Amino acid sequence: MFVCHCGTNIAGVVDIARVVEAAKRMPQVVYVSDNKYTCSDPGQGSIKNAIGEHKLDRVVVSACSPRMHEKTFRKAVAQAGLNPYMLEIANIREHDSWVHAFDKEGATAKAIELVRLAVAKVSRDAQLHARQIGLTKRALVIGGGIAGIQAALDIANSGHEVVVVEREATIGGRMAQVDKTFPTLDCSACILSPKMVELSSHPRVTLLTYAEVVSVKGFLGNFEVEIRQKARKVDHASCTGCGTCWQKCPEKVKSDFDLGLGERTAIYIPFPQAVPPKPVIDLESCRYMKYLAFTASGAEGKKPPQCRICEKLCPTGSIDWEQKDKILTEKFGAIVVATGFKTFDHSAYGEYGAGAYPDVITGLQLERMMSASGPTGGEVRRPSDGAHPKTVVFVSCVGSRDEAKGRAYCSKVCCMYIAKHAIMLKEHDPEVQSFVFYIDIRAGGKGYEEFVRRAQEEYGAIYLRGRVSKIYQEGRKLKVLGEDSLIGRPVEIDADLVVLATGIEPSTGVVDLAQRLSISYDTDRFLVEAHPKLRPVETQTDGVFLAGVCIGPKDIPETVAQGSAAAAKVAALFSQEYITTDPMTATVDLMKCTGCMLCAQVCPFKAIGSQTMRDGKVLANVNESLCKGCGLCAAACRGKAIDLRGFTNQQLLAEVTSLWQ
Amino acid sequence: MKQEARAPSEKRGGGQNTFSYYPGCALKSSAREYDISARLCCESLGIELRELADWTCCGASSAHATSDVLAVALPGKDLHAASEAGYPLVTACAMCFSRLKIAAHETADMATRTLAGDVSGNIVPVMHLLEVIDSRLASLVPNKGLAGLKVACFYGCLLVRPKAVAIDDAENPQVMDRLMRTIGAEPMPWAFKTECCGAGLPLARPDIVRRLSHRILLSAAAVGADCVAVACPECHANLDMHQAGMGGKHGGEVRVPVVYFTQLLGLSLGFSPYELHLDRHMVDPLPALSSKGLA
Repeated sequence: MFVCHCGTNIAGVVDIARVVEAAKRMPQVVYVSDNKYTCSDPGQGSIKNAIGEHKLDRVVVSACSPRMHEKTFRKAVAQAGLNPYMLEIANIREHDSWVHAFDKEGATAKAIELVRLAVAKVSRDAQLHARQIGLTKRALVIGGGIAGIQAALDIANSGHEVVVVEREATIGGRMAQVDKTFPTLDCSACILSPKMVELSSHPRVTLLTYAEVVSVKGFLGNFEVEIRQKARKVDHASCTGCGTCWQKCPEKVKSDFDLGLGERTAIYIPFPQAVPPKPVIDLESCRYMKYLAFTASGAEGKKPPQCRICEKLCPTGSIDWEQKDKILTEKFGAIVVATGFKTFDHSAYGEYGAGAYPDVITGLQLERMMSASGPTGGEVRRPSDGAHPKTVVFVSCVGSRDEAKGRAYCSKVCCMYIAKHAIMLKEHDPEVQSFVFYIDIRAGGKGYEEFVRRAQEEYGAIYLRGRVSKIYQEGRKLKVLGEDSLIGRPVEIDADLVVLATGIEPSTGVVDLAQRLSISYDTDRFLVEAHPKLRPVETQTDGVFLAGVCIGPKDIPETVAQGSAAAAKVAALFSQEYITTDPMTATVDLMKCTGCMLCAQVCPFKAIGSQTMRDGKVLANVNESLCKGCGLCAAACRGKAIDLRGFTNQQLLAEVTSLWQ
Repeated sequence: MKQEARAPSEKRGGGQNTFSYYPGCALKSSAREYDISARLCCESLGIELRELADWTCCGASSAHATSDVLAVALPGKDLHAASEAGYPLVTACAMCFSRLKIAAHETADMATRTLAGDVSGNIVPVMHLLEVIDSRLASLVPNKGLAGLKVACFYGCLLVRPKAVAIDDAENPQVMDRLMRTIGAEPMPWAFKTECCGAGLPLARPDIVRRLSHRILLSAAAVGADCVAVACPECHANLDMHQAGMGGKHGGEVRVPVVYFTQLLGLSLGFSPYELHLDRHMVDPLPALSSKGLA
């Protein structure tokens, strides 16, 4: 028994001498000492020495929370030759001295009680042994945006195989849609494209675009994932990406990549630098597909044209109408989720026209227009009449910081991209006057505040603090009504173009994916990290990591940093030959189990399955690799067939009964 | 427990056809044509309106500006009577609707209920006539579609604010637009659906009323509307009666007929313009209607 002072943290409140005296009188306690800092090297040394000298077979440390130093003391005990699980910690700091600082007498009495509990428990500790399981050193990265690209490259460069699954026909994500980046005005495509190419040509990377994760089974080191490769109707093995098909395809539809501002064909690559640079056929809009659907439906009337122009023109015969969706089953040791975001749909704002005014656009749409490979070839034009706008109004926080729209959070990047747009508009056309309605300007970051000042001072953007109450069409102009809350007056602006800084929200389908992976998400559907400060790219499910905006709004440098961070976690995991599992898991007494499987229903980690016994009975079976030792099953089990190693019913009962002995 | 298990559609009046009807003062006087057309439409649609016996003032415009107690107690008395009668309470006047629904909302709190005196027991739902008809759109078959008629649906403030009692979105409401589409008219998208018409200021500050209403009418004219449809007698009075005095220094003259939505619905159900008292408005809607072959 070792009682820690923790400097004055404990000793300043608890009378250590009395605790030591009381402990000496407890049954089975043969040795008691106290220490200024038990966690220090000499402190740990005194434990090791005492174990040898007094032939101790189990140890109680009365100190801080086990979350703090349980591992430290387990290691010390093990070094002295004991089983590391023959240790209990009585938390007399967080549970006692810190919370009862003004009641020294009571705190001392409580410390003695806590020690008594620990002694009762430790005397029933059993030797536990960690198990080692193998692992597949191969990672899955879900999402091919900049977060996923960075994570995949870093994992691949550390020597491990990576599979990247991307839902769209190309990797690149949102960053590929952006023209320039703040605050340096670097060309987004110029810094992203090399990474996209590096990823696609990396010998250890397998790129699965136009593919989705269907199901995830298994656990840390041993995941089994089903991936659906959607039918592209184009054989990418033989396709050379010559471009004849998408130049000649007669069916034009609005381009999702250009956010409805431009057109693409039914067989298409989303943008010129797409990776892979090979097309897919959009089944919804392809004329031959419509023809087949019409024929199959047996409907009367005029048949749509058969078309098949792409097939006739393809020099390599790569069009494959028979291609079907394929399910691939792959094994992975770790998964990185980097599913990114989409922008808020501003049709929820009736006061801004509910999406009905063509010249009320989003920031990302403006970004597409500014891009040289965008729908207007890099010129900013009003979608309604193609004119160059001279008066442009920016509205910040559309779908951010607005509880009435169910979006209480700040999207973090909008203030900065508005400043960037104001600067770039002026550079495109010196006659442009920008007005920015803002709530606050959030420009935390290296060079960010200076950048916003530049937009105001050098580029003449007029910043108005207040919200826009209404936008309506008046002739060719858009009337913008707002308030300048600094002078307390209503403001009316006749604008040529209004840019709504639509907020960031998680990608479609992220909730389904989170459920498949058994990871949690918050009320805004952002994925939840294991610890917001100290474990920012891990999840509660071992082996599943996060990176980028799927966790919460962030800009490109932070996203890239998280991609690398997640990769470092994966690389650290893969540096081991085996995974050591915590032996403090649930265990089923098969003699008592009735197979009701209530435990499987309550298990949050899907760790309990069933096993069929030789006599045909179906009983509960704990997968120790998945079990986190939370104890829910032990509490739920009606026949007391489940026990938690390290926290057995017997141990807990002993603790409770020790209180009145 | 049993009461809560009622189907939501029934709660909203979808499943039943009998309602307590609260006309309010305007519909008995300056807005008689609204009352008459509303009753004709309901009869034709199989909706039975039973006028609430001994109804009193809802308190609009003055009570809630003078006394918190009166603001709830006056409509509270009518709510109480409606609850005794046991049918959902429907009104066509946007002001009455607002007062009654706010009272119902406030009296959900026991303290206010005690304050309002005799409001007790379960309160029946308070509905605007637009909501009742909206719940029946699927079965509404017009006798004569209003094809070609471009309507600017004007909701004003009280039907869509505050949020707790609103019947639709405050910025871009659709409930009247849906009805107009169902009866074959073309509801125009426009930006002034819920702007202020000047409300209760026509006597004290007619200049403000004219300025605000003028903007609304100019906007309706700009989108090419043949008429403005309203669901509130005050909106109607401001937009219709003051039109002659509008324009001047605030811009061009404007002539846009302003009619009640029930009058357009009535036309589509086969009633004549005269039965619907469409000839009672200051700005005559008949030329616009007859040019579309509707009158």
